Amino acid sequence: MNFISQGLIEAVNLIISGNSEALSAIRNTIEVTTVSIITASALGLPAGFMLGYFDFPGKKFIRTLFDTLLAMPTVVVGLIVYAFITERGPLGGMEMLFEKSGIILGQVALILPIIISLTASAIETLDPRLHSTLLSLGAHGRRIIITGIVEARFAILAGLVTAYGRVLSEVGVSMMVGGNIKWHTRTITTAIALETGKGEFALGMALGIVLLAIGLSVNIALLTLKRKA
Amino acid sequence: MKKILLVLLSFLVFSCGKISDNKNTLMMATTTSTDNTGLLDYLAPRLKKDTGMDLKWTAVGTGKALAMGRNCDVDILMVHAPAAEKEFVEKGFGVKRTEIMYNDFVIIGPANDPAGISGKSINIALNTIKKKKIIFASRGDNSGTHKKEKTLWKASKIQAPEKEKWYIQTGQGMLNTINIAAEKKGYTLTDRGTYIKYESTMKGNPPLKIIVEGDKNLINQYSTIIINKDKCGKTKTELAEKFNTWITSENIQKYIGDFKLLNKKLFTPNAAIQKK
Repeated sequence: MNFISQGLIEAVNLIISGNSEALSAIRNTIEVTTVSIITASALGLPAGFMLGYFDFPGKKFIRTLFDTLLAMPTVVVGLIVYAFITERGPLGGMEMLFEKSGIILGQVALILPIIISLTASAIETLDPRLHSTLLSLGAHGRRIIITGIVEARFAILAGLVTAYGRVLSEVGVSMMVGGNIKWHTRTITTAIALETGKGEFALGMALGIVLLAIGLSVNIALLTLKRKA
Repeated sequence: MKKILLVLLSFLVFSCGKISDNKNTLMMATTTSTDNTGLLDYLAPRLKKDTGMDLKWTAVGTGKALAMGRNCDVDILMVHAPAAEKEFVEKGFGVKRTEIMYNDFVIIGPANDPAGISGKSINIALNTIKKKKIIFASRGDNSGTHKKEKTLWKASKIQAPEKEKWYIQTGQGMLNTINIAAEKKGYTLTDRGTYIKYESTMKGNPPLKIIVEGDKNLINQYSTIIINKDKCGKTKTELAEKFNTWITSENIQKYIGDFKLLNKKLFTPNAAIQKK
């Protein structure tokens, strides 16, 4: 059976016909991954900067810790987040299980180490004279962070692209924490898992193609940004 | 910095959860068969029309559904493992187990029936598969179907296989397991509803056919269980009760019986009908 060509045809059909179930999964995916990457960047960029810029006792240990977390399987993150937000867990009262907010929490936990670790590496490779130059120019505090990040922007961007790829492709967190609920928390990846499980390989393949298309457009957008910068 | 963090966190929690519309939403954990066959997709719009209630469900194996019930993550269960269900209610996690419908389990296998068990009783069929070491795909995921399979091995008075080479524990849902059995040209145990769905996906000409059916040990009973409010304070008992009254009503029981794929009935309703 030629699922691949069937998948391609189905993918085009899916988008043209505006299949509402598929559109809802696509919308959920874009919504969740966007909020996740923004939140994780907002937390991870400054943290990564500090980790790469300042020297303090235990720094090596923390770096190793974050580097290890890079290899965290998504199902494990899903399981840990589930344990926290299940009704019986410490955050049970916040009603995040089976909601998009739960998926976002899991995805942020998943990619925060990537952003922190890669940002720290990017900052570490900056010219060490930058700091003294900035100081002599009278910069301090927030100004130093921003200039540092701007100087290392390409390496940092590469980290963000990696992180976005990871949230876009993960299925463990979305399945475990989101529950794959139709119209509500079904994302492209959980829909693919479901359709494949149902034996609808062509539809699964079609959704996979849509997912790749999203990844591609994000990367093209970033590439254009890079050229202009 | 802290301010930004706080703003972001609150954004994270509030902006995207749409938590407020949950009052009239019943959260159900159910088995893969009710979802894969499309039964719940068929019932949910009718439920909304009749009662105004939204049904949200997560389709997992019965084992995991019961665990979600114990953790108070859902309001109601729709599952098919009577022994485990009764234990669940006895231990006080659930109240009111209500039988709503049944179908039956069948053994499916390649059309040429390599084990030669067509039309045999389930006991003889399993014995023969084991003796001849023919590939058998098991769910292996503690789901209702897996639990049933284990009881069937036990009832056949043979040691259930575990590590044998011909015995494949897939750890996946029913349709996945059927697909694996088909690829490996082996047998598997499935509920009839999922098999009909598989037939219909394969456009009526699947590589695996029903080989053993009709044994009285093969009945597959589906029930709902309402989560106990004493254990889970936040559970929406009233909504769950309303759902139960609805699904056991004469009209809806008939509506379940009318659910067909390839012109075949998937589930037979058998609730003690509640007259108005």
